[in-house]
Amino acid sequence: MSEDTIRFTLNGRDVSVPATTRGHLGDLLRHEFGETGTHIGCEHGVCGACNVVMDGVVVRSCLTLAVQVDGAEIETIEHLGSDHDVAALQNAFVARNAFQCGYCTPGMIMTARELLAGNTAPRREEIRDAISGNLCRCTGYQAIVEAISDAAETLREMADE
Amino acid sequence: MKSANFAYIRATSLDHALSTLANTEDAIVLAGGQSLVAALNLRLQVPELVVDINHVPGLDQIEIGDDEVRIGPLVRHAQLMASDEATKALPLIGKALPHVAHPAIRNRGTTCGSLAYGDPAAEMPACAVALGATLVLASTDGTREVAAREFFEGLYETQRAPHEMLIEARFPVAPKGARPVFDEVAARRGDFATLGLAGQIHVDSGVIAAFDLVAFGSEPAPLLLENVADIALGKAPNPGLITDLSQAVADQVHPMESPLATPQMRRRQYRALAERCLHAAMEFADV
Repeated sequence: MSEDTIRFTLNGRDVSVPATTRGHLGDLLRHEFGETGTHIGCEHGVCGACNVVMDGVVVRSCLTLAVQVDGAEIETIEHLGSDHDVAALQNAFVARNAFQCGYCTPGMIMTARELLAGNTAPRREEIRDAISGNLCRCTGYQAIVEAISDAAETLREMADE
Repeated sequence: MKSANFAYIRATSLDHALSTLANTEDAIVLAGGQSLVAALNLRLQVPELVVDINHVPGLDQIEIGDDEVRIGPLVRHAQLMASDEATKALPLIGKALPHVAHPAIRNRGTTCGSLAYGDPAAEMPACAVALGATLVLASTDGTREVAAREFFEGLYETQRAPHEMLIEARFPVAPKGARPVFDEVAARRGDFATLGLAGQIHVDSGVIAAFDLVAFGSEPAPLLLENVADIALGKAPNPGLITDLSQAVADQVHPMESPLATPQMRRRQYRALAERCLHAAMEFADV
């Protein structure tokens, strides 16, 4: 089994860990660091539950080899608790009942946060396009779309104040 | 599922990547990895060595010239989509990119990677064939240029040899006034297209001067619809012509058997899709 020691920044902290070349980032985060907010669903890029931030952009951790993150900056959902945008999204998801089992939620929040960073007033259709790569089997999506729209409104109001 | 074991190497230069490909029986290039890592996890691909080119400097350039746009091997879909200059020079690419998978996948996936992979459902190969792009392949023996119209041979089959790397895609800049034609049928936005049309139409002095249309998704490789162009050239755009062209699209495709739809149903979908996107491209009211 090929193994390399990799160093990267995880949630603001420098870390070093042995990684097998065949393993993906999602498993590394869960198994080596206990960052279990990153959920593993399909392992081939379809479901979006494993989304994390790599060097500032949202990526699928299941489609990123662990050895690829040597030198990179990785942020997981656990690190974003004090982020304004994430707080607004969390509140809106609760208010709108935008989750049931919660398995898709961290990935949804990651995707929605990136959407709102680039588009402060997305239309419903744009929200639907943005979350097209995040599967939810509980809600039927309507509540999620409404929650993201509400969070955008909250953030716009905060920006105005 | 988890990938089988393989060795991993981070290329430090293009020469390093090419010599590694030349010296290893079963090596594969990792650029965006959005198809490759999925294929590894599913064990559809079991290479001996993965050559990661993500840290080779200078491969992420988009060069916009007067005649062509040159796209380097590490240009991500999101990067190309964000380049107003590139999507203005290549309006078809601009129209197709929002259909390429989902935001998180566009953040990593590359144009050249999509071309080299040759997925029949992918948008970029269809656009490359429609626009008559040129693909540049490199190996330790040197470089060669292959027309996109000859590059795609079948399901994931291309003219690229295993020791070659696709180092550049050159797209001709759209002539002034040329309009993109693009739409696809997919279960959800960004999902694999079950069928689609990609093309460019140029109306000059009231008649169709150029029209290149490609069917993809339902075919083993992007299919240039030459009969459709033959019908269109020299004619003035009008709704009757669109009906004829849409029928010609349905007649010329050879949809693969699929558990989701019969070839006959695919032909009907093609006809409807062609009507819709040709009305939009020729600026008639939608049917």
